[in-house]
Amino acid sequence: MSYRIGIDIGSTTVKVVVLDENNNLLFRSYERHFSKVRERTCETLRTIADQYSGQQVKMVITGSAGLGVSKASGIDFVQEVYATAAAVNAYVPDTDAVIELGGEDAKIIFFGGALEERMNGSCAGGTGAFIDQMATLMNVTGDELDKLSLKHEKIYPIASRCGVFAKSDIQPILNQGGRKEDVAASIFQAVVDQTIAGLTQGRELKGKIVFLGGPLHFLMGLRERFVETLRLDEAHAIFPADGDCFAAMGAALCATDYEEKLFDDQLKLLEESRDAVTSLDTAPALFTSQAEYDEFCQRHNAQHPPVYDIETYEGDAYLGIDAGSTTTKLALIAPDGGLLYTYYHSNMGNPVSIVRQQLDEIYAKIGDRITIKGSAVTGYGEDLIKNAFRCDLGLVETVAHYNAAAHFNPDVDFIIDIGGQDMKCFKIRNGAVDSIMLNEACSSGCGSFIETFARALGYEIADFAKLGLFTEKPVNLGSRCTVFMNSSVKQAQKDGASVEDISAGLSISIVKNAIYKVLRMSSADELGKHIVVQGGTFHNDAVLRAFEQELGRNVIRPTIAGIMGAFGAALAAKKLQLDQSSILTPEELKRFAHTAKPVTCNGCTNHCSLTINTFDGGRRFISGNRCSKPLGGKKVENPDLMKYKYDKLRSCEGKGQGTGERGTMGIPFALNTYENMPFWFEFFTRLNFEVVLSPESSRKLYLKGQRTIPSDTVCYPAKLVHGHVVSLIEQGVDTIFYPCMSYNFDEGVSDNNYNCPVVAYYPDLIASNIPALRNIRYLHPYLGLHRPKDFEKRAADYFQTMFGIPKKETVAAARAAYAAYDAYKEDIRKTAEKYIDYAREKGMPIMVIAGRPYHMDPEINHGINDLVTGFGFVLITEDSVAWKMDKQSRTVLNQWTYHARMYNAARYVCTQEDMELIQLVSFGCGVDAITGDEVRLILEEGGKLYTQLKIDDISNLGAVRIRIRSLLAAIEARREQA
Amino acid sequence: MAELVYNKDGRLLFTKEMKKEYTILMPQMLPVHFEMFRQVLSLEGYNVVQLNNDGKNVVDEGLKYVHNDTCYPALLVIGQFMDAIKNGGYDPHKVALMITQTGGGCRASNYIHLLRKALKKAGMEYVPVISVSFGLEENPGFSLTIPILQKLVFGMMYGDLIMNVANQVRPYEINKGDTDAAVKAWIAKLVNRFQHGEGMSRKAMRRGFDEIIADFAAIPVEQTEKVRVGVVGEIYVKFSALGNNHLEEFLLSEGAEPVVPGLTDFMIFKIYNRIVDVDIYGGLWAKKELCQFMMDYVQKCQHDMIDALEKSGRFRAPGDFEQLRQLVQGYLGEGCKMGEGWLLTAEMLELIHSGTNNIVCAQPFGCLPNHIVGKGMVRALKDNYPNSNIVSIDYDPSATKINQENRIKLMLANAKALAKGQEKEPVHA
Repeated sequence: MSYRIGIDIGSTTVKVVVLDENNNLLFRSYERHFSKVRERTCETLRTIADQYSGQQVKMVITGSAGLGVSKASGIDFVQEVYATAAAVNAYVPDTDAVIELGGEDAKIIFFGGALEERMNGSCAGGTGAFIDQMATLMNVTGDELDKLSLKHEKIYPIASRCGVFAKSDIQPILNQGGRKEDVAASIFQAVVDQTIAGLTQGRELKGKIVFLGGPLHFLMGLRERFVETLRLDEAHAIFPADGDCFAAMGAALCATDYEEKLFDDQLKLLEESRDAVTSLDTAPALFTSQAEYDEFCQRHNAQHPPVYDIETYEGDAYLGIDAGSTTTKLALIAPDGGLLYTYYHSNMGNPVSIVRQQLDEIYAKIGDRITIKGSAVTGYGEDLIKNAFRCDLGLVETVAHYNAAAHFNPDVDFIIDIGGQDMKCFKIRNGAVDSIMLNEACSSGCGSFIETFARALGYEIADFAKLGLFTEKPVNLGSRCTVFMNSSVKQAQKDGASVEDISAGLSISIVKNAIYKVLRMSSADELGKHIVVQGGTFHNDAVLRAFEQELGRNVIRPTIAGIMGAFGAALAAKKLQLDQSSILTPEELKRFAHTAKPVTCNGCTNHCSLTINTFDGGRRFISGNRCSKPLGGKKVENPDLMKYKYDKLRSCEGKGQGTGERGTMGIPFALNTYENMPFWFEFFTRLNFEVVLSPESSRKLYLKGQRTIPSDTVCYPAKLVHGHVVSLIEQGVDTIFYPCMSYNFDEGVSDNNYNCPVVAYYPDLIASNIPALRNIRYLHPYLGLHRPKDFEKRAADYFQTMFGIPKKETVAAARAAYAAYDAYKEDIRKTAEKYIDYAREKGMPIMVIAGRPYHMDPEINHGINDLVTGFGFVLITEDSVAWKMDKQSRTVLNQWTYHARMYNAARYVCTQEDMELIQLVSFGCGVDAITGDEVRLILEEGGKLYTQLKIDDISNLGAVRIRIRSLLAAIEARREQA
Repeated sequence: MAELVYNKDGRLLFTKEMKKEYTILMPQMLPVHFEMFRQVLSLEGYNVVQLNNDGKNVVDEGLKYVHNDTCYPALLVIGQFMDAIKNGGYDPHKVALMITQTGGGCRASNYIHLLRKALKKAGMEYVPVISVSFGLEENPGFSLTIPILQKLVFGMMYGDLIMNVANQVRPYEINKGDTDAAVKAWIAKLVNRFQHGEGMSRKAMRRGFDEIIADFAAIPVEQTEKVRVGVVGEIYVKFSALGNNHLEEFLLSEGAEPVVPGLTDFMIFKIYNRIVDVDIYGGLWAKKELCQFMMDYVQKCQHDMIDALEKSGRFRAPGDFEQLRQLVQGYLGEGCKMGEGWLLTAEMLELIHSGTNNIVCAQPFGCLPNHIVGKGMVRALKDNYPNSNIVSIDYDPSATKINQENRIKLMLANAKALAKGQEKEPVHA
């Protein structure tokens, strides 16, 4: 028998193995290919050519990037999960399950019974690549990250669904001074949770588990997280010595079935296929000539402030600091805006030490000639830096950016800022911020993505960006999110795109993401005439050019695009007109010391992960909190209808006025039962059931049901249902009641009264996906509450069949239930009136939070209500004002009960001077693509600001804070105008 | 030049004058079926054009004018329209757009509104949009009378039959292109018959079925065994090559035989939902009766087709609607009606029961009903039918073909192993 060669070409690495007839490993190699897929493979094969030249071999390719190579060369291909299963069968018999993590794929294979194989869906891509990206973010190598993680003390909750999300969670922890060791371990834990949540889909991971793939082979910390999470002992957690090459070994095993050919012929096929041209989806070139580029540079370089020599200048100065998510920027300016000193650098995951270093540097340079008369700080790390260095002012990024842009062009009517993590856009009307668009988590990280990507390919960002300027065929990489871009790059590489094409393509993708996802714009006129672009990402000429091309209009990029936030902060500091800044003096700076300690706040159910920063002299700063409680102060208790409603609904528990003799009726507190609880409570207690609600939602409850979730991309509120149902089973209730409801109550203001498909039919899904339900009575009938008479009749039939309850009793219970529901609604409305009166008496602004009822859940909204009231708002909910408006036709089909409320609430807010509205939407909710646009339209036509918060299992409220503060700043500006 | 007339809600109407002057553009989904529909409408005096523009420009226009989180089919359909109006050489003042509106709790019923929003954004609010629906939006210049509906049903039946037999012949044909030629020839033949008022009765249709079956059966084929792969999913992505990255072609190139359940069940399903609604929630008895009548008629037509296939002895016949309905008991309630509802799960069950264990479930990324009826039911199917081999594929403007193909290839590798009856030892190592 001949030698068998398996080649596994993944997204980042090439693995080559040779097996002899006894399946012994004769050769193995594992190398990064840096996008040069075919070249790398050929190179490796040439190193063993001496041995196998002239011999007959069986060669098979596998792997995600191997498909294209196989097609182009004609060498046989097997799918990689299939190959892996083959290898495990041969080398680790009696395996129950395999977990394999690759560069961008995660796979699970279940043995035992029928073979079941899973790969991550199109979302949630990125595991190995994700870890690389995180390491870059923390400015460590993969090895260092691993070593750090082994010294962790605590694990932060990090959104596990997708790499991009996790990143948005990690960044603030780093910026707030969280320990790198803890963050490192948390990153690994996120990968573990993601794998388990995304791939087990209802099947339990147990028995003997084999761990494969590069990341699990090299990263001990990651192994530790998996073993600990799955509670495995040594006999059940297998890490094979060649675990990084198993797919290649499997391919070699599969090669048995294929023809043998001369090694040299196969190598030649590969080498010759290298230049095969495949069709690429490309965009027009960024620049067609050097002259065009020169003209472009000249135009943009014209926008610059005066520059003074800090070594000779004498007089006053103002300091602005922008502690961004990935970079820290400083600007020291003269009263006329002239630049004395600027700084722009990656914060290396430690903004405090960077700022300290920079202050030292500045003090050394200015001597006694220059007096710092004011200092202001903005950006993600605002609070921390402000407290650490005693700055005079903290301001929200959006305002800082507007200050800066207006300095260059007072007529500016549109600003777009693309930083490392965030994208911010705002329109300016009458000298005030008029509408704000922030990217949502799904499109965040674009700026740093390109940098991470450049480094992964071995380039500095500046060089990498330049590569793409003149390519004739930039490759089209899509615009959904960076994870998708990653796999688009993979495809492009497969199709033979060059690094130049990819560089240009990435720049174009970032721009498209901004224009179509964040701005939601279809023509340049919608933006404005004077567009100023800024943020570090726009320093990249390719991005700037792509933006102008996509827009079909020239824009202004000041030469200091990267430090506009800091510049704007400095301008704000000047506006304070202080005699002397309170910023740490050179002497104080010498004594400066900083330590950070993570703790969990137990002040309330939010259980915020706090970081306690301690500075020299016992100064302290606590970050990560959502309310003022952990700061020692009393929790601010402004009227909060969300909380009122929530408490009221949670109280729908027990026997009520009944005897409870028919046993316990468990109801999951989720989706369609949420707001209908007053109805069901009355209904069941009248029938003498004891109503048992599932516990309050929490991360822990979510994890209980996590492995039974079949669809990874469904909204978070739906995912939580699994935990609620599992908890009810554990509580030992007699029956669980969770009705399917196509329709909801008809509130008379919409064309129809549907629930969304997920809310309507999730009870059916639960029945099929939680095995423990087989041992309990689980009732999930189709019921409609919108036709009371019909409900009475049908419910009477149903409960007679199920429990032998006399029909009359059910009819009476139904009537009482309708009355109870009406009373509940009335109470909410009355309470809202009371709150509104209170606000008006005290002159407080009123915030209407418009979402679906289950958005009240603190685990779903992560305490947004506390944040809102903490900013001095009185909070009421959409349903408490929606009823005040009549039915009106909309530009969309107004057919969902809950959404009709949002439209009407928005219309009502437009009639009230002192009310603002924030719309809550769930990530992954397709319906919200429609409602979001519509609510925006209503508010903008009514002269109000539109603010949308997209919520998910992401627990970082930083972005939410920016939005609310920007909103406050805009309200303020509008008031000043008036 | 037709005047622009609006109804009381400010909706631009399609007037009788427009019927005479305007070209109506129709999106592409199922080439055979939609060509039949186009013919039926042409005979009624509508000047209908079937859009076939494809490619990047369609997606780009969609991305530009439709909220990117909206489902992919909306993006493609609207993108196809916008691309056609802008670049198709039509006078934008002389075109109307035609789109189906199914109603129901899924966001799909909003397509027509999204289309109007897109037109507004593009400054073309003057282009009328015609809703093809059961009474959701009325237009003076367009109405689906019973005789037209009847003919549309015939068109659908012919479409389903041709698609069915073509799928069973194409993978095995000896002379590449025979099947597609036969499809083309039959479309032309049927169009010709329609124009002469022929083939428009059930009797004529039954005869037509036999002729079609005979013609396709005569195409020379090789006697090989191929892996059969069922295709189910969200209706647009399931059927439209534009939506599913030419899934059928890919399956063919991988040596599989695609099995694609037809459109008829979906139509019956949508009518049946109205009957079920009355049963579950109450409502008008008369409405129920009318729906029952319509449903019975389409079901009879479906039986004509099934009988013809069974009689042939050459082709596999699909199960009828009633069988599907029975199969899904215990999985989903009959009230599960949004999107493809329980029908999607039923189709998977029917495929498994008829020996097609390998299934691609295609859906737009983030498709709401599919969380329940697609991905949500795979666990139960796998438990009850351990040999079922289902792969769920998301389609999206940014989802890459390579990722989709890789997952389908995994399913195919399993399928081949299953076919060899060695699923526990995929390789003799």
